[in-house]
Amino acid sequence: MNDIKISASGVDVFYGDTHAIKNVSVEIEGNTVTAFIGPSGCGKSTFLRCLNRMNDTIDIARVTGSILLDGEDIYDAKVDPVQLRAKVGMVFQKPNPFPKSIYDNIAYGPRIHGLARNKAELDEIVEKSLRRGAIWEEVKDRLDQPGTGLSGGQQQRLCIARAIATEPEVLLMDEPCSALDPIATAQVEELIDELRQQYSVVIVTHSMQQAARVSQKTAFFHLGDLVEYGETGHIFTNPEDSRTESYITGRIG
Amino acid sequence: MSDITANSASGAPRKGSLLVQDGRTQRRNAAERRFQIYGMIAVSVAVLALIFLLTSIVRNGIGAFSQTFITLDVVLAEDKLDKTGNRDRDEMAKVSTFGYAPLITAAIEDRIAAEGIEIEGLSKPVDLISKQAAADLRDFVLANTDRVGETVEFQFLASGRIDGYYKGRVTMASAELDSNVTPQQLMLADALKDTGALERTFNWGFITSPDASENRPEASGLGVAILGSLYMMIVVLVLALPIGVAASIYLEEFAPKNRLTDLIEVNISNLAAVPSIVFGILGLAIFINFAGLPQSAPIVGGLVLTLMTLPTIIIATRASLKSVPPSIREAALGVGASKMQTVFHHVLPLAAPGILTGTIIGLAQALGETAPLLLIGMVAFVREYPGAPPEGFFDPASALPVQIYNWTTRSDPAFVERASGAIIVLLVFLLLMNLIAIILRRRFERRW
Ligand SMILES: Nc1ncnc2c1ncn2[C@@H]1O[C@H](COP(=O)(O)OP(=O)(O)OP(=O)(O)O)[C@@H](O)[C@H]1O
Ligand SMILES: [Mg+2]
Repeated sequence: MNDIKISASGVDVFYGDTHAIKNVSVEIEGNTVTAFIGPSGCGKSTFLRCLNRMNDTIDIARVTGSILLDGEDIYDAKVDPVQLRAKVGMVFQKPNPFPKSIYDNIAYGPRIHGLARNKAELDEIVEKSLRRGAIWEEVKDRLDQPGTGLSGGQQQRLCIARAIATEPEVLLMDEPCSALDPIATAQVEELIDELRQQYSVVIVTHSMQQAARVSQKTAFFHLGDLVEYGETGHIFTNPEDSRTESYITGRIG
Repeated sequence: MSDITANSASGAPRKGSLLVQDGRTQRRNAAERRFQIYGMIAVSVAVLALIFLLTSIVRNGIGAFSQTFITLDVVLAEDKLDKTGNRDRDEMAKVSTFGYAPLITAAIEDRIAAEGIEIEGLSKPVDLISKQAAADLRDFVLANTDRVGETVEFQFLASGRIDGYYKGRVTMASAELDSNVTPQQLMLADALKDTGALERTFNWGFITSPDASENRPEASGLGVAILGSLYMMIVVLVLALPIGVAASIYLEEFAPKNRLTDLIEVNISNLAAVPSIVFGILGLAIFINFAGLPQSAPIVGGLVLTLMTLPTIIIATRASLKSVPPSIREAALGVGASKMQTVFHHVLPLAAPGILTGTIIGLAQALGETAPLLLIGMVAFVREYPGAPPEGFFDPASALPVQIYNWTTRSDPAFVERASGAIIVLLVFLLLMNLIAIILRRRFERRW
């Protein structure tokens, strides 16, 4: 049993009058991959974005309840969301590389956090991150070209590499493989498994197989409710809630 | 999706050759062609109007860039200009322009005699030469005191009527009725032209000289107005760009969205629509009457134009900030950048081309603005060049559009040509500014 990394209790999220997350409590463990599954629009992204306070940037979004990271309330008035986001990195649902060079895309985070003392160290971080993001071989000769000029799947891997370049403790990934071919998907899943040694990873996915392959814990969301949360093996073989069962069986066939 | 369902509602799948257009496609294509024709008509009308406007301005104004000059040998008689003989500049400055007039009269009469020109009934040949000539000669002598006693070749401006004769404004018939010129003088001009003493050349004075009074249009120029406009543009750029961009960034990226910011937003949009003369009244009340700044000064004009330009810049800047996709902001925040880092590292560079365009449009508007400047006294007759900045900002000056307005109100037809010429200069400046905007935009866009 791993220690609890993130502990959310009684979380509600409103977009204006829309009640997007309804009283969700969940405990995310360290050194674990947690998968969020559920039908489109059920609030997976919304809940994920609560975990690094990305919802702060949406004016109409309102979050209540408590979310603790290592026992500290991340919604406490004293918490600087900037510091939080350095600890809790994120890969977004839509790839969003900076309109800068591939190199600068990766180097930006380490630069503003002062992770490299000189150019050589920065080069090293960039190469390591791109390798872990399974994209190094494709871009190593064109690091000075714009990241926006890559294909959709390459951009997604670039964004993964960018997120791990800052060495976050928790990595939130919103459908990181939605635009990837099976080979790149396998590489990213390998990366996720490797990251688990040091970090905890939360991944949103629409692929049941992927959830089953990479995660140890699975949470099933439905219309803003957390319907079921538990060991991945247990959820997939022996779901307790009928909604979970119909979703899983409907998808898997 | 809905198309397919609509068609297959009857149950029958689509049939027919792809090589034959069905009625529906034909109608659609016809509508598209019609729309293209409307568009082309609209564009042609706009282009024709522009061409008409430009050709009429150029036709009227191009003459202002050339001017008729008469070259004469002038004897700088020592006994008239420097009675003491010690070339003391202050001493010589006591001789007014009236003292120089006889030298010019003598010079032209000598020339007529030397060339053997005889014209029946010719009176006052010196009227061929601009009234400005004596002052120009005096300036020359005071600047070159050692030339006194010599005979120098000097190029005098021809008077406005003679110049007009060669530009087609004045004819023998009109000279008959004109108290400022006689047909005999025109004949003399032709005779001098044959000898090479009179010629028409490019007129730098139009761009560099200060304005001149009502009865000497040939001497008037845009020097003071160009300097005044330049100074005002500097003031506007230095004040409006940073204030406007800072205000927009704050409002767009940082300010909470509440009643107060809504109110500010509405008012900025309203300010952009306020007639410019209102800003003139405001400037008069605040900068001149209250703050005690001098009248006719570029600093006041610049401040007023800054107020006028700010809403334009703010609106353009906010629009270009808004057009930066939110995903870029999320990406930066997601790797742990602060709000300010996000704005300055990512959002602002992407918005820069739009901001620049907005600023230059604002500046161009300000450059052509006349009404508020009339109220703060920029319409005054200024012959002295303003000093070098920063003191020069407080010296009286004119401005290009005001100068144009000024010249169009004068009665001598020679000023019509001057005004059109000044419009050409103004347009050239506007074109240059737009060119700079395009170049800057290219440069910024190359960095993605
Ligand atoms: N910015 C927003 N403003 C208003 N409503 C929003 C916003 N973002 C999400 N919502 C609403 O919140 C609900 C949950 O959205 P969310 O994006 O979390 O779904 P999701 O589970 O990630 O779906 P998908 O699998 O399609 O990505 C939806 O009903 C959506 O309409
Ligand atoms: Mg989502």
